[in-house]
Formats: sequence, C-alpha cells, structure tokens
Amino acid sequence: MALLEIRNLSKNFGGLAAVSEFDLDVEEGEIRGIIGPNGAGKTTLFNVISGTYRPSGGTIIFEGRSIAGKRPSAIAARGAVRTFQRTALFEEFDTLGNVSIARHLHAKETIFGAIIGTARKMERANEKRAEEIIEFIGLGEVKHELAINLSHGHQRALNVAMALAAEPRLLMLDEPVAGMNPSETATMTDIIRSLRKDWGITVILVEHDMRTVMDVCEKITVINFGQKLAEGTPDEIVSNNDVIEAYLGSDDILGEDF
Amino acid sequence: MKNPNGAASTPAGGSALPTPSAAASNPDWRRKYGGWIAVIAILAALCVIPFYMKFYHIELSIIYFMSVILAVSYRLITTTGDWSFAHIILQGIGAYATALLAKHVGIPFIVMVPLAGLVTAAVGAIVMFPMLRTKGFAFFIASFAFGEFIRMVWMKVNNPFGGTGGIVNIPSPELFGLKLTSSVNYYFACMAFMVAAVFIMWRLDRSRIGNAWKAIHTDDMLAECMGVNVARYRTLAFVVGSFFAGIAGALLAYRMGSIDPHNFEITQMVYLVIWVVIGGASTFWGPLIGVTILTVAFEWSRPLLEWRPLMFGSLLIMFLIFLPGGLESLLPALRRPPGEHYARFRRWLTTFRPG
Repeated sequence: MALLEIRNLSKNFGGLAAVSEFDLDVEEGEIRGIIGPNGAGKTTLFNVISGTYRPSGGTIIFEGRSIAGKRPSAIAARGAVRTFQRTALFEEFDTLGNVSIARHLHAKETIFGAIIGTARKMERANEKRAEEIIEFIGLGEVKHELAINLSHGHQRALNVAMALAAEPRLLMLDEPVAGMNPSETATMTDIIRSLRKDWGITVILVEHDMRTVMDVCEKITVINFGQKLAEGTPDEIVSNNDVIEAYLGSDDILGEDF
Repeated sequence: MKNPNGAASTPAGGSALPTPSAAASNPDWRRKYGGWIAVIAILAALCVIPFYMKFYHIELSIIYFMSVILAVSYRLITTTGDWSFAHIILQGIGAYATALLAKHVGIPFIVMVPLAGLVTAAVGAIVMFPMLRTKGFAFFIASFAFGEFIRMVWMKVNNPFGGTGGIVNIPSPELFGLKLTSSVNYYFACMAFMVAAVFIMWRLDRSRIGNAWKAIHTDDMLAECMGVNVARYRTLAFVVGSFFAGIAGALLAYRMGSIDPHNFEITQMVYLVIWVVIGGASTFWGPLIGVTILTVAFEWSRPLLEWRPLMFGSLLIMFLIFLPGGLESLLPALRRPPGEHYARFRRWLTTFRPG
C-alpha cells in the first residue's frame, strides 16, 4: 500500500474547482514532483493534504489512516509536514530558536514542568537534535543569527530545516528553490536527495524550476485546472503532448532553461 | 502588538544583538548574575520600605502590586497576538467571586485568592471557545463585547451581584489568625502573591510554551503546520492570563471591602493598555517598567485631575509615533557606549522628517 493515497479529492472555492477528482499515490521512499502552470492548483493540493484547507470531497489516506479534514498540527503529528511557498519564519528568533520551536511535537512540556523547570534534560536532547539538523542543512555558521537577518537562500534552507525538525515521514516542499541562485539551488537539490537516502523521508515537491524537478524526481505528476494531466518519469513527461500544450501551447516546454 | 518599525530598524541599528564592544565592557559575572542581583535588591527594598512609608503610600503600593499582576498577565495573553479588551472584566470576575464566596460561604483568604483565580480561569476558558474564531482586531472587538456583557450582568442583576450598588461587607482578610486589615500586613500578602505570579509568568514566558505563544503571534499558520495546536495554545494563554487577573481581583475585593461595576470600567482597561503599550509588550520586562513609571506619573498628576485623560492619551500617541517599541526598547541602549549614542542621534536627525 502506498504511503499516501488520495482518491477523488476535490476542493471548491465557491463555484471554482481548484482541485477536482484528483487521485495520487505516493510510495514510501519516493521523490515525487508535482508541476503545472500557474494557478493549476498545486499549492491548493498541498494546503488540502496538510490540513490548511478542508477538502470538499474525497479521501486522503496517510499510512493507512484518513487525515482528511484534520487540523494541520494533528497531520504534522502523524508525520506529514509541509513547507510554504512564501518564506515563513519566526523572525524574532535565531536559527536555532526556529528549529527548536519546530521540534514542538517531540518536546512535550506541561505547564507545571515549565514553571518548575523539570524539562531541562529533554530540552538538552532537543537542542542537540536541532543542531544536528542545522549542520545537515548547512546553516551551522548562522546558528545564532536572527532569522530575519539571514540571506534568502539561508531562509529557504531554514524552512526545510524546520520541517525536518518535526521528524516527518512525508515531507511536502512547496517551491523550495524559488528565488535561489544556481549554487544555492544545487545545494538544495543535494539536500533533497539525501533526505531520502540518509533520512528515509518520502518527499513531494511542488516546483516551478523544471531543471530541479527533472533532476531530482523519478516520477512526476502534472496538474492543470485542478485535474491530473499526466504522470510518469521525467522523460515521459517531457515528451507528453498534453503537457507541452498545457505549458506553452508550443513545443518548447522547458523554455531557454534547457 | 507587533512593532512595525522593528524590522526596518534592526539592520541599521543592530540593537537586537549585543555588539562585541558591549560584551567586552560587561564582565562575565555581571551578565550572568546581574539580573538576579537586581531582583534580590528590589525585593529587599520592597521588604524594608513599608516600615518607612506613610499610610497613603503603602495603600498606593498595594494597588501597584495588583497593577503589576494585571499588566504582566495581560502581556502574557498578548504574546499570542491576542490583544484582549476584557482583562479588567476578568479581574472583576475574580473580585465578584471573592465577594460572593467569602461572604456567603465563608472561604478563608488563603484559599479564596487562588480559588478566585480558578473561577476566572474557568470563565476565561468558556469565553475563549467562541472567541477562538476571531483574531487581531476582531478578537479585540469580541473581547470588548464579552466584557461589556458581563458588566451589564453585574449592573442589572441584583441577586447575587447587587446591581449598580455592588457587593458590600466583604469579610476582612485573615491569614492563620493574623489580621490582614492593617496596611503593612496586607502589603506583604499582596507582595507575596505578586512575586509568585510574576515568577510563574516569567518562567512560562521563557519556556517552550512561551515560545509557542510567540510563534503563534509571528505566524499562526506556520506554527500550526509545525505541530503547535494553535487553538489549544491560545486558549492556554488566555486561561493563564485570566487566572492571574482573577487573583488581582480577589486582592482588590479584600482590600476595598466592597466592589461595584464601576471598579471595572473601560477607563481602567484603557489605562492597562497604556501601561503595556508605553512599557512595551515584546519583552517580559516592558509592562513592569510601564506600570511602575506610570503609577508614579499618575500620582504626580493628581493636582491636574481633569487633565489626566488628555495627558495620558497624548502620552500614548507620542509613544506610538516616536517609540513604538515602548520604554523597554531603550533597554539595549543602556549597554551601548556613549559614542554610539551620538552617532545614532546624528543619523536620526538626518532621517527625521516631520509629518
């Protein structure tokens, strides 16, 4: 059985069907790319899976249990964590603070424990884990910088670090390389690859940057007008006529990128 | 309230980060223990001064201790981004609970004060349930509506709340046979509750729970997706804030011996907001600074009685324009070398454009 099974999922905003009758199967250990033109419903799909929006219909089964309509925090606790398209950070905290807050699910603290201060040992273990994650993402040298003062590339990397801190089994990355320069993009691509290899995390990737998607995913789902247009390996997608038409109405799907 | 200029001013001034020179001029022990030494010195002073103060000033200090509990607990709720306008009403709930239970059931002082906190916390939990659907300005208005509703109930319902006349003849407080009616005794009772309340809220502010509250303020959607149950944590902050407001209410009811709805009017709430805004709400110490300085200012302005609302209103506006971070935002400046002050002043002069 697939790690994530989506059947007949739909999400309507008034009369607009942002996602309709959408099916998706993501196997454990996969790196799945989801692409589509602007406004195709990629981010809405993420919002519905992660619980930010309630689905209008359909089922979402994660690890054999339904997560449709649950709170985002409950879904994150089940092990499906998402990042945001925008740079979403706790600006007034430093890098370490951001990652520590994101370890919320694994640092249960009661109100009385907080007052008496019994949580020290747990917090030390937490901090150690947070530092491991920061080193892995490559933010070691800006560990004590305020998040708001970080460069854009570092901020995006911090977003991924925070999602990792929640110890997900399924990580949903919403445009992780948006606005990054080529070297930052290359670093992020490496990180995504080692997420699966070293951490055993299944990844779903929504991305506009075709090169990254083609590079890192072995299976790609194309979505247009809220419906699935095509699914297959990067080679199949590049040569799929529907996809080419949806993107440009021409034969040049990859633009001057390739 | 988020400081709108905070983002812009930080890179230029770098005030949020201690500069290397500042760190060097502060010996290690001062940074480590300086705060504790200051706290112990203040507590020692507070223990000594009532024996040298006039009756009137002791009474004033008692009110000040209640104000501290109110301001700090109000700021605790605002750390989640929920600026409530019902905090004084919550204090009133604690006061009414005290008046009714102490008078009709005869519950002793030492049990009644925490019990008033619990009653208020329970009311806070119930009220917060519908108010969770709102945030920001809508929350402010919703809490105002709730507060006015409660105040109307006190005004209109004669049994048991006594209508506009309120409740009189609240039993005088007694602690294990010791009468707390004398000013000095009650001063120490209030001080004990104040110190305990401030300590507990300080611990919470620095804990993981406190960080979750602040995370909700910055970006509730992000916090939720990182696994923070936003509804539960907002409720928790409101309930804890209510608990301490209720304790302040109990202390007030015992001191006054009688309470009525006028004790908990909007004017009081406005002053509470002014304390917290002028002190600053982004660190724990801001409201303490605000309530201390404004209590003094309030006393000095006693001869100008009818001008007070105008004075404090314009003070609030001046702070919002010129020092939106509140007095606490001046604290890092104390650590800066004088030369830097001058440079910043020059920079400020060149950028200042009136209007």
